[in-house]
Amino acid sequence: MYTTDNYEGMIAETVTIQGTNHDTINAYFARPLGPGPFPAMVIIHHMPGWDEWYKEATRKFAYYGYAALAPNLYFRAGHGTPEDVAAKIRAEGGVADDQVMGDLEGAARHLLSLPYVNGKVGVFGTCSGGRQAFLAGCRLDVFDAVVDCWGGRVVMAPEDLTPKYPVSPINYTADLSAPLLGIFGNEDHGPTAEQVNQHEEELKKHGKDYEFHRYDDAGHGFFYHHRPAYRQAQAMDGWEKVFAFLEKNLK
Amino acid sequence: MCTMIVQQVKIEGSGKKETGWFTLKEANVSYDHPFNAPFEHALNIDFVNEAQGPGARVAVELSAEAALALVEAIQAVLKTAEERDQIV
Repeated sequence: MYTTDNYEGMIAETVTIQGTNHDTINAYFARPLGPGPFPAMVIIHHMPGWDEWYKEATRKFAYYGYAALAPNLYFRAGHGTPEDVAAKIRAEGGVADDQVMGDLEGAARHLLSLPYVNGKVGVFGTCSGGRQAFLAGCRLDVFDAVVDCWGGRVVMAPEDLTPKYPVSPINYTADLSAPLLGIFGNEDHGPTAEQVNQHEEELKKHGKDYEFHRYDDAGHGFFYHHRPAYRQAQAMDGWEKVFAFLEKNLK
Repeated sequence: MCTMIVQQVKIEGSGKKETGWFTLKEANVSYDHPFNAPFEHALNIDFVNEAQGPGARVAVELSAEAALALVEAIQAVLKTAEERDQIV
């Protein structure tokens, strides 16, 4: 717990890492100053892009003692304002799951190579990033904790599967290799409460270590303090749940 | 990318962004999360020129009702122009 007589310091900067196919991509990295050891987090930005809220969130994880790395999953789309780049990706129908998994694994391996990281790394994402966090927990063997905040399209209908999204993430549930925290708003339209129920049933069926927290009077993106969807009490409780979960699993 | 409902149409025209006019080549129409409009999802239209990079974009984000009203208005205006033999 922080008290006012503690020393604190942080560095936050853009770095480059190796992603899928050893491609160089950029990433936003924030970590506490000092020798560590620090647990690490890969932070997956949401559909609106590698934006200001995500940079803030990355620094928030550093404030809580994590070496936090947010890869720019839209790097290959070119450069411009985060919104313009995200709009380009939106028009292309998003980023392929395989490419994202490679970038997330690259981010995790980068963190694990650092001398001040304690050998444990978690993954956090919201919106499309929540879905990708769950997928990463299933498809990659590198994560020790997974936080899925309102990840949409974890449950996908067969007609929604495409070459970029060939498998509904829920079908990977048996392969989940790390504890999972899920944060959801009961008024969300994607994922709906029914889809969250389906996901939870699948986790139970496979005996997975998970905890889901569902909030009334909250919809999609209720942590986003710059959007009308923000719900103060639910967001504060949700963040507490996130950091308690990570404390238990990574420190 | 939470709905993935998107279509692209080739267009001809011009758009104006902060630095001035540019040639439009494509319009990307989606029903997905907006960046600014105060809705969970919006009818988003990005008028772009892909060859000029991500910054060549004029964006609007509309409620579904507003988008439908816009479609009706466009069709009505074009119908009138056609009736007056103005479309060449």
